[in-house]
Amino acid sequence: MKKFLSAALAAVMAFGLVACGSTPASTPASEGTSTPASAAGTEGDATGVFKIGGIGPTTGGAATYGNAVKNGAQIAVDEINALGGIQFVLNFQDDENDVEKAMNAYNNLKDWGMQALLGTVTTQPCLTVAPEAAADNMFLLTPSASNVDVIAEDNAFQVCFTDPNQGIASADYIADNALATKIAIIYDSSDAYSSGIRDKFVEEAGVKGLEIVANEAFTGDSKTDFSVQVQKAKDAGAELVFLPIYYTEANLIIQEMDKQGFDAMIFGCDGLDGLLTIEGANLELFEGVMLLTPFVADADDEATQAFVAKYQEAYGEIPNQFAADAYDGIYIILAAIEQSGATADMDASALCDALKGAMTEITVDGLTGEGMQWQASGEVNKAPRAMKIVDGAYAAM
Amino acid sequence: MNALKNMKKTTRSNLITYGIVVVFYIVVQALTAGGLLNNSMKGMLVPICTYVVLAISLNLTVGILGELSLGHAGFMSVGAFSGAVFWVVTGSQLPPALGLAVSMLIGGVVAGVFGFLIGIPVLRLRGDYLAIVTLAFGEIIKNVLNTVYLGIDSTGFHFSMKDSSSLGLAPDGDVIINGAIGISGMKKASTFLAGIILILITLFVILNLINSRAGRAIMSIRDNRIAAEATGINVTKYKLMAFIISATFAGMAGVLYALNFSALAAKKFDYNTSILVLVFVVLGGIGNIRGSMIAATILYVLPEMLRSVADYRMLAYAVVLIVMMIFNQSPQVIAWREQMADRFAHNPVVKGLLAKFKKGGEDRTKGEA
Repeated sequence: MKKFLSAALAAVMAFGLVACGSTPASTPASEGTSTPASAAGTEGDATGVFKIGGIGPTTGGAATYGNAVKNGAQIAVDEINALGGIQFVLNFQDDENDVEKAMNAYNNLKDWGMQALLGTVTTQPCLTVAPEAAADNMFLLTPSASNVDVIAEDNAFQVCFTDPNQGIASADYIADNALATKIAIIYDSSDAYSSGIRDKFVEEAGVKGLEIVANEAFTGDSKTDFSVQVQKAKDAGAELVFLPIYYTEANLIIQEMDKQGFDAMIFGCDGLDGLLTIEGANLELFEGVMLLTPFVADADDEATQAFVAKYQEAYGEIPNQFAADAYDGIYIILAAIEQSGATADMDASALCDALKGAMTEITVDGLTGEGMQWQASGEVNKAPRAMKIVDGAYAAM
Repeated sequence: MNALKNMKKTTRSNLITYGIVVVFYIVVQALTAGGLLNNSMKGMLVPICTYVVLAISLNLTVGILGELSLGHAGFMSVGAFSGAVFWVVTGSQLPPALGLAVSMLIGGVVAGVFGFLIGIPVLRLRGDYLAIVTLAFGEIIKNVLNTVYLGIDSTGFHFSMKDSSSLGLAPDGDVIINGAIGISGMKKASTFLAGIILILITLFVILNLINSRAGRAIMSIRDNRIAAEATGINVTKYKLMAFIISATFAGMAGVLYALNFSALAAKKFDYNTSILVLVFVVLGGIGNIRGSMIAATILYVLPEMLRSVADYRMLAYAVVLIVMMIFNQSPQVIAWREQMADRFAHNPVVKGLLAKFKKGGEDRTKGEA
C-alpha cells in the first residue's frame, strides 16, 4: 500500500513540477516562427516586434484550412518584416478544430505574450475563443470564421463574409440574373458554416420568389454517398442545385449528378473554391459551376499572381481562399497599427483599444477584395465576386 | 498512525484516493496564490476535473460491471445540453454556485434517465454487441442534437428539428440551441473548486458502491454471470444500477464541461471523446479507480506540454500512449519489471541500506514503546 501511496504522491508532485516548469511565460519565439526576431534589433527599429498569435487546425480533418491560414499569414509576415519598419512575429498554434483545444491554444499564446490574435480559422472554436478574447480585451481578427456570433463583441473583426451575407448574396444573385426558379439545396446539417448559409438562403429565396423544390441534408458522418439527395433533387425537377458546402463533398455530388444524368446548374459559395485543385478529378464535370468567392488563384492582377507564386515556391501548392484571407488579415492588422500609431511595447489591451478604433477608419485593398472597410460591428464590407468555371479556369461572370 | 494501520485495507485505500484529490487541489491553490501557474495550466484545470469524473464513472461500467461501453460521450452530451439549457434560461438569475449545482443536478438526472432507457434494451446484450450498440447510441444522440433547434420567447419554449426560422419566435425571442452551431454566448460558471467537489462526490458514491453489497453483486456478475444468477442475484437490476450511476456522473461531468466554455456544440461528443475516456480507463488500469484519475490527468496535460514540438505533437502523444500501454500491460515487460525490482532489492548496497533503515525504524518504535 505504501508503494501505491508513494507512487501516487510522486505523480502529483511531478504534475506540480511540470506546472511550475512551464511557468516562465515569455519563452522567446518558438516553432512556426521563421521570422528573424533579431532582425528588428539589428536595424535598431524603435517600433519593436508585434507578437501575433494564430489559432487553427493544423492536424485532423480540417487541417487543410488551418495550414493554409498559417502559410498565408507567414508569407505576409515575411514580406512586412523584409520591408523594415513595423516588425511582426507569428506564433501559430494547433486547435484540431476542437473547442477545448482552441481554448488551450489561446491560453498558451497568452503565456507567450500574444498582443493580437489572427484566428481562429474555423467557426466553432471561434465561438468559444471570441468571448474569452473579449474578456481579456484582446484584438481578434478572424480570417475565415464566418458565423455572425463570432463578431458579437466589439474586439472581433472578420476578413471573410458572414454566413448570412453569403446566403443572401447567393439568392439575390440567382434571382436578379434569372438563373433559375426551381432550386434544390444539398447542405451539411452538422456544419455551422453550411447550415448558416442555407438558413439565410431559404429566407431570402422566399422574398425573391425562388422556389425551393428540394432541401436535402447530409452530416459530417455520412458524406460519401449522395445518391439519395441527388435523386430527390432530380425528381423534384430542380433547375439549379445550390451547394453551400466545401469542395470535397461538392465533387462527389457533381460526380453523382453526372452518373444519374441530372443536368442542372450548380451554384455554390466560397467553400467550393478548391474544386479545380482536386487531383485526378474529371475537370470537364466542373464546367459551368458558378460560385461566389472572394479569391481566385488564377486572377490576373499583380498582387494575386505575386502571392500565388510565392506560396507555390514555399509550400508547393496553389493557395486557396483561406490562405488569401490570412494574408490579407496580416496586412489589415498592419494597416490598423499604422493608422492608430500603436507601438509594440503596448500591452494587448491597450493595443486592442487602439486597433478597435482604427479598424473603422481604414480601407484595405487585398487579395480578397478591393476597398475593404469595416463597421464597428466587425463585419467586413466588400463586394462578393461571382465566378464561373469555363475551360477549366475561373472566369468572372 | 496506528488508527491508519488498523483500518480496513479498502477504507485506507479509499482515504488515500480522496487524499490525492485534496492534495492536488491544495497544490494547485498554492501555485495559483504564488502566481506560479500560467494561463495555459489554469485553463486546463476544469477540463481535467471533467475527464477525471468521466474516467471514474466509465470505470464503473468497464471495470466493475465488466461491460465495454463506447457511448460515454453520448451521456455526457445529454447532460451537457440539458444542464446548459437550464443555465441559459434561468441560471443567470441564480447565484453562480447555486445555478451551477442545480444545472449539474438536472444534467445528471437527465443523463441518468437516458441511461435507464438505453440500459433496458442494451444490457440484454453482452461483450462486442453491447460495445457496438453503445457506440451507435452515442452517434445517434450526437446527430439528433445536431438538428435540434430550441428557442424561447414570452409565450414559452419553441422546438423544431428543421431550422431556426421555423421556430416561429416572437421578436423578443432568443434561440437557445441553434442546430449544428449549438449553444453560444453562455455565461461561464464552472470553477476548479466545483470540479474538485464533483470529483469527490463521484469518488464517494462509486467507491462506496464498490465496497457495498450491491457492488459485490455487480462484481460477481462481471466475474461469472451464470454463477451470480444461480445464487439469486438479480442480474438486470444490478447491471442497470451500475449503468445508470455511470451515466449520471457522465451527465454531471458534461455540465461542468459545458459551463466552462461560452459555446457548446454536439460535434464535440463524438466517438472520439468516448474512446479518449476509454483510453484513460484502460491505461489507468481497468477496475482501478485511482489509476483512471491519474491517467486522465496525465494524458490530458500531455498534448499541451508537447506543443513545443509543433507538428510532431500528436505523433509524440501516440508514441507515449503505446509505450505506456506496453509498460503497464505487456506480460513480458511486467516480468522484466519484476525481475529488475528483484535484482534491485537483492543488490548488496541496497540491502545494506534497507537493513539500516529497518533497524532505525525498529529502534524508533522501541523508543516509543
